[in-house]
Amino acid sequence: MCMRPPRRTEGSADMAVITYRDALGQALREEMQRDPDVYLMGEEVAEYNGAYKVSRGLLDEFGPMRVVDTPIAELGFAGIGVGSAMVGLRPVVEMMTWNFALLAIDQIVNAAAKVRYMSGGQVGCPIVFRGPGGAALQLAAQHSQAFESWYAHVPGLKVVMPATPADAKGLLKSAIRDDSPVVFIEGEMLYNMKGEVPDGEYTTPLGVADVKRPGRDVTIICHSKTVAVALKAAEQLAGEGVEAEVIDLRTIRPLDTEAILSSVARTHRCVVAEEGWPFAGIGAQVVDLVQREIFDELDAPVLRVTGADVPMPYNKGLEKAAKADPAKTIAAVKRVLYAEAS
Amino acid sequence: MATKVVMEALSPTMEEGRVVEWKKQEGDTVAVGDVLADVETDKAVMELVARAGGTLLKHIVAAGATVPVSDPVAIIGEPGEAVDGGAPAEKPAADAKPAPAPPAPPAEPPSEQPAGAKRAGREGETGASASPGAPAPTAEQPAAPVTERPAPAAPAAAAPAPPQGGRVKASPLARKIAAERGLDLQGVAGSGPAGRIVQRDLDGLERKAPPAAAPSPAAPAAPAFQPSGSGEPFEDVPLTQIRKTIAKRLAQSLGPIPTFYLTSEIDMERVADAREALNALGQGKVSFNDITIKAVALALKQHRACNAWWQDDHIRYWNDVHVGMAVAIPEGLITPVIRYADQKSLRQIAAEAKELAGRARERKLTPEEYTGATFSVSNLGMLDIEEFTAIINPPEAGILAIGRMAERAVVHGGAVEVRRRMRVTMSCDHRVIDGATGAEFLKTLKAMLENPLALVW
Repeated sequence: MCMRPPRRTEGSADMAVITYRDALGQALREEMQRDPDVYLMGEEVAEYNGAYKVSRGLLDEFGPMRVVDTPIAELGFAGIGVGSAMVGLRPVVEMMTWNFALLAIDQIVNAAAKVRYMSGGQVGCPIVFRGPGGAALQLAAQHSQAFESWYAHVPGLKVVMPATPADAKGLLKSAIRDDSPVVFIEGEMLYNMKGEVPDGEYTTPLGVADVKRPGRDVTIICHSKTVAVALKAAEQLAGEGVEAEVIDLRTIRPLDTEAILSSVARTHRCVVAEEGWPFAGIGAQVVDLVQREIFDELDAPVLRVTGADVPMPYNKGLEKAAKADPAKTIAAVKRVLYAEAS
Repeated sequence: MATKVVMEALSPTMEEGRVVEWKKQEGDTVAVGDVLADVETDKAVMELVARAGGTLLKHIVAAGATVPVSDPVAIIGEPGEAVDGGAPAEKPAADAKPAPAPPAPPAEPPSEQPAGAKRAGREGETGASASPGAPAPTAEQPAAPVTERPAPAAPAAAAPAPPQGGRVKASPLARKIAAERGLDLQGVAGSGPAGRIVQRDLDGLERKAPPAAAPSPAAPAAPAFQPSGSGEPFEDVPLTQIRKTIAKRLAQSLGPIPTFYLTSEIDMERVADAREALNALGQGKVSFNDITIKAVALALKQHRACNAWWQDDHIRYWNDVHVGMAVAIPEGLITPVIRYADQKSLRQIAAEAKELAGRARERKLTPEEYTGATFSVSNLGMLDIEEFTAIINPPEAGILAIGRMAERAVVHGGAVEVRRRMRVTMSCDHRVIDGATGAEFLKTLKAMLENPLALVW
C-alpha cells in the first residue's frame, strides 16, 4: 500500500469539545500569537467581535492595529490586504459572507492569484480570505450561494473548506502559514457544530482529504456541509446493509486525487455530493478525474448530488427541496449500486 | 451467420496467447466443442475450442502469431458466406495463410504481428459490402457485427459480436473482471439499466476454458531458446508467455511485499531412517520433499497465521491447506498445488506430487491445478544448494525454501557427531506474518521433522 501523510492532524494533545466557531477563533489567536505579521481585517471583526463571533476577544488581546474594522467596502479592504501581503504581512481578510466577496473578486482573482506569477516569483501574496459560504436558512437567492467552484477554477488560488471543528482549526492554521493566497470557505450552519478539537498547537495539511467513514460498497465524495449529509446518508444505508465510504475533500484545490482514486478503485462506485449548482461544479471535476484515471474500475457511472440548478428560493419548502440532502444522496447511491430499478 | 472466434483467456493470468497450430483449416466443417487450435498461454499449451458450429471460413491470424485475449483469431459461418475480405470463403481459403507452421519465428516481435494482421482485417471489413461477390447484408445479418468492433482502444473483454447485432453492454469493471477471469460476457444476463452487465452479474460464472479432461494431442511448443554456436556474440530471444508472467509476478513480489527471512536447521536423522523404512515396504517411494510437504501442511494447520493470503484490504486466513510446490520445467517454473495436503497420507502426497510434477514438465496442467495454493515450498536440495531464499508467490504470505540434506558435524548429546541436517528458509510477507509468528511455525515444523511420528499423530 502507499505511504500517505497522516490524515487527521499533526501535533495535538488532549481533546476539548468546542464549536467550529471557537475552533476558528483559536486558530486565529494562536497564529497571531505565533507570528506578529498575522493580522485580521474585515467588517465588524473588532469592536463587534465578528458578525459570527469568530474573532471574539481578539481586539482586546491584540489591539486595533492587528484587528482592523473596515468600512463596508469589500473591494477596498481586499485590496489593502493583497497589498500588505505583497510587502510581507500575512493578512486574514474576513468576508462577512462569500456572497459579499463577489465585490472583491477582482482583487482575489486578478491580484492575489496572479501576483507571484506575473512578478516572476519576486512578490508573493500570503493571504487568507475567509468567511461563510453557501446557504443558511431562508436568506434567499443573493445570500445562499456556494462559490467554491468559481475560486477552484483559478490557478494560483488554494480553496479550503473544513467540515468539522477540528479540521476548521487545523486547516485555518495551515492556510495562514501557507505562502499562497487561500480562499477559506466556512459555513454559517457549521459555526455552532461541536466536536473534539485537540488543545494547543496542531495543523491539518492542505491538499489532504480525510476518510470520515470507511466503507466498501460505494464512495461518497463530499466537502463542507455535505459531509454531514453524506454521513447521515451512510448511517441510514448501513441499516440497509450498504457500507458507504465518506471522503471529505477538506481542500478543494489542490485536490487529493489519490484519496479519491484509491477509494473508488476499491468500492467501484462513486457519488459526489456538493452544495453548489450542478453546472461545472466540484463534482464535475471529480467525475472527470475518476473516469479518466480508473475507468476500468467503475461498475456504474459516477453520479452527482448537487443543489438545484436555480436561484435559491426563499420559500422554506422550496429551499429545502433545492438543497442536497441525505435522501438525494441515498437515491444516488442506490442507483450506482443498481439497487433499485432505474 | 458469421461468428468470430476470439482468443480466450485460458488461464487466470493470461493476457495474450500464441497460436501454436491450427487444428482446423479454412474450409473445414466444425462443430461446437471441436478443437480449433492449440494455444500457448502463459502457463501451458491449451486447446481453443469452437463455440459455434459451421464452416471455418477464415484464419484471421496465422499459426505462430501472438494475440491479445479477446481479439479475433478466426471466423466461423456458413459455406460461401462473405467474410472480411468481401470474397466468399473459398477465395481466401485458396490463398490461405500457411497454417501449421512450426513454432513462432524467434525474431518476430510477439505483439506487433497480430496487431498488424488485425488492422488489415478490419480495413478489409470496410470493403466487404462493396465487393460484388458479397451478399448484401440482410436484416438478420447487418454489417454491424463484423465492422462495429472499434479501434484498438476497445475494452479488452469485448465479446464477439452477438447474433442479434447489438454490442454487449457491460460496465468497465465487469469487462475487466471478465478479461481477468476469462469469462465470456456473451449471453450473460445483465441486471443493470438496459441490460448492462455489472459486477454482480458475474458472480459464480465459470471460466470458459475447455474441459480439463480433454486430451491435448499437441506436443508442447519447443523452447524458444536455441543453443548458440552460430558464432554470434548473443542471441535475442523473445519472451515466452511463461517468462513474461514470471517476470511480472516476481517483480510484483519483490517490489511491494516487505519480505523477511527465517532460517532453521533441522536434524533429519529420524526422517531419513523413517523414509528408508517406508520405502523398504515396497509400496511406492516417498521423497524427503513429500515428507516436508506433509510436515509443512500439518504445521500450517497449527499456525493458521502463516496459511494466509494478503488481499490488499484484508487478509484471508485459510482453514484448508493447499501446498504449492515449485517445479522446474525447461521454460521456467510452475507451482502445482497439492490440495488438502494436511488431510492426505504421505503415500497420497508422494503419488500426487510425482504425477503433478510429471504433467507440469509436459505443460499439461490445467489452471485449477497450479492456482489456489495457500503456502508454497521450493526445493533446490537435489541441486546441492545448502540454503536459499525463495520469492513469495502472491497473494500467499509465505514460502519455504528447502536446502539439501547434508552430513554435518554437530554437537549432539554432548558429543560431536556426524548427522544428516537440512536447512530451510521461510520467506514471510511481513504484512501478514510477524517475526515471532513465522518462527513459531518453523519451530513446529522442525519438531515434526525431528520426530516424524508427529506426522501420523
